[in-house]
Amino acid sequence: MRHLLSAGDLSYDEATQVLDTAKELSQLSGHSVKKFPTLRGRTVVNLFYEDSTRTRTSFELAAKRLSADVINFSAKGSSVSKGESLKDSALTLQAMGADGVVIRHSASGAAHRLATWVDGAVVNGGDGTHEHPTQALLDAFTIRERMGDLAGLRVTIVGDVLHSRVARSNVLLLHTLGAEVTLVAPPTLVPVSVHTWPCAVSYRIEDVLPKSDVVMMLRVQAERMKGEFFPTAREYSRRYGLDRERFARLPADAIVMHPGPMVRGMEISAEVADSPRSTVTEQVTNGLSVRMAVLYLLLGGSESAIGNQEAQG
Amino acid sequence: MTQTSTAENAPVRVIRGARIAGGPEETSDIVIRDGVIAAVGSDARAQADAGGVEVIDATGLLALPGLVDLHTHLREPGREDAETVATGARAAAVGGYTAVHAMANTDPVADSAGVVEQVWRLGHDAGYCDVRPVGAVTRGLRGQQLAELGAMADSVAGVRVFSDDGVCVSDALLMRRALEYVKAFGGVIAQHAQEPRLTEGAQMNEGVVSDRLGLGGWPAVAEEAIIARDCLLAEHVGSRLHICHVSTSGSVQIIRWAKDRGCDVTAEVTPHHLLLTDDLAESYDPVFKVNPPLRTTEDVTALRQALADGTIDSVATDHAPHPVEAKETEWSNAAMGMVGLESALSVVQHTMVDNGLLDWSGVADRMSFAPARIGRVRGHGRPIAPGEPANITLYDAGTTRDIDPAALVSKSGNTPYRSMRLPGRVVATLLRGTPTVLDGKVQ
Ligand SMILES: [Zn+2]
Repeated sequence: MRHLLSAGDLSYDEATQVLDTAKELSQLSGHSVKKFPTLRGRTVVNLFYEDSTRTRTSFELAAKRLSADVINFSAKGSSVSKGESLKDSALTLQAMGADGVVIRHSASGAAHRLATWVDGAVVNGGDGTHEHPTQALLDAFTIRERMGDLAGLRVTIVGDVLHSRVARSNVLLLHTLGAEVTLVAPPTLVPVSVHTWPCAVSYRIEDVLPKSDVVMMLRVQAERMKGEFFPTAREYSRRYGLDRERFARLPADAIVMHPGPMVRGMEISAEVADSPRSTVTEQVTNGLSVRMAVLYLLLGGSESAIGNQEAQG
Repeated sequence: MTQTSTAENAPVRVIRGARIAGGPEETSDIVIRDGVIAAVGSDARAQADAGGVEVIDATGLLALPGLVDLHTHLREPGREDAETVATGARAAAVGGYTAVHAMANTDPVADSAGVVEQVWRLGHDAGYCDVRPVGAVTRGLRGQQLAELGAMADSVAGVRVFSDDGVCVSDALLMRRALEYVKAFGGVIAQHAQEPRLTEGAQMNEGVVSDRLGLGGWPAVAEEAIIARDCLLAEHVGSRLHICHVSTSGSVQIIRWAKDRGCDVTAEVTPHHLLLTDDLAESYDPVFKVNPPLRTTEDVTALRQALADGTIDSVATDHAPHPVEAKETEWSNAAMGMVGLESALSVVQHTMVDNGLLDWSGVADRMSFAPARIGRVRGHGRPIAPGEPANITLYDAGTTRDIDPAALVSKSGNTPYRSMRLPGRVVATLLRGTPTVLDGKVQ
């Protein structure tokens, strides 16, 4: 694995290796090991064309925990916002000798393009409406922590699948890991070729909830209103939102996930979001371990860093 | 190079030993005097004067009527960084073309007699091929009011093809009026069929690949719905309609149906839609981003079949040069279009001739006779026969070449065939008897 551009690039073994590594790292972090020397002397650049404090901070912390030097290039207040092209940024990163680049961009495929212009490893931190592979990995990690092996688990993804990079990455990764994925959305927010995807589709959330071990609620952006994807936010919420009544239809041990940031009231009610069966805050914590694992596996080379870490600070 | 009006002083030329597309099996000599074909035949050489004769050895070469392109973007005025009329005309000559139509989406838009005359004059002065300006259908391509179509028709440019290409004339009433109005001077409306609302934010063909790549879908129905509407309109008002760059299997079916009903509709297909498919977008390399988008294998098969059976009348390049920075970027920010003048004949050989779908006389029809007829281009699209203008392309179908963007004569290198091996090579192009290209080199 040279880059992480799509969750679909990960084989079962590779995906499992990332999750196992993340597990080890999280256990070690839990025993007061704050830093690993693995990536000392390596440079990781966070190239963020889209505002996302949450994801950027997660990657930054992950790289620092591995002792990498971190440089943040964000859209605000840098050359990026002054119209510098992705190609020019790539050449700059190349000149700086970046070993790894985490890119977040509003254009689908930006990470693929970048990977053709730089020598360092490229991690797709979310590209347009294409993919967000580390989100899928942290979701898979979270499910595994709560529910055990993913094989045969019934995972339902609800919301704006059409425009969701989280949904794309999750369908691919969860399928690879053996889960049975069902997408639930109004027909306007499902891709036309969804029948070729490795998942089932339903337009009725009521039918699917009783048969779900995991429900993942996607964010629905208000701007979709303009595209006439659904009549009103209220109708969307009524038909596809996860409120208390629908929550009650879930099997007793089922969990509720959300990649954040949530629109409380629209796609998920506050009670559900704050319930102990909601994994929203764990997802954030697990994001750090998973991103450490990804950076470690991409940049750490063949040395087994986990085996000979030194406790620090 | 010098303008071809000096043809009277030009030497007598003899093309020796060419096989004429659609002609006899044995090779022919073609004698050219004063820009006109004087004699053709296995012994025609004897009819040339012994002295002062320039011989072009065409042994092993195919002689095609000079190619005619209904659809090029020469970018001048306005985007001379991408192409000029002169550089585009040179690229056309290298591709075997003797006449090209220059689309109206320049800056300023070619929506007045002044601009079309300017483009015509630039082409005339460059002299590499005849540049026929296309006039905009609506003022500024804004789709709201008709441009002065009559003034452009009556200008020295003699415009006969009108198009808002790049955007669709989506207003049904305006389209009806345009179709009717140009009947007065034998014009044709060339429609860029793209329903605008169905293609908001569209980035590539809507289907399996766009859904996987997360790129905005460009549904086939956005093209097909406009074609169906316009065929019905053209039939209703008894007008001539031309469909630009047909790209879907459904469009082919609609055009076939309309022709069966007697609708006076013609259509073109681009070389790239005959060869390339939407899965090339998986690289996210915008060199494959084009309008209309690359479609599926099923569409490519239908387009080839339609070109073979005449449902699609002609091949048009939609040559769309762009500077490097317009393509070296994210897919969604990149410009749409690809250059095509210098590779068109090779792609047609590869996709239509080498697999037996079309013979060379068919190529002569689809790339010369038919486009000249549709565009009402006088002096082009004529058979290689005595008394006809000596617009001739000599082509070596027996060779192959690797397409190198840096080696293109066009000012831009956005070719989708980069590092692809294609058959054939244009050896010489003659415009009214004067070589614009010899040994593959611009003269
Ligand atoms: Zn067009």
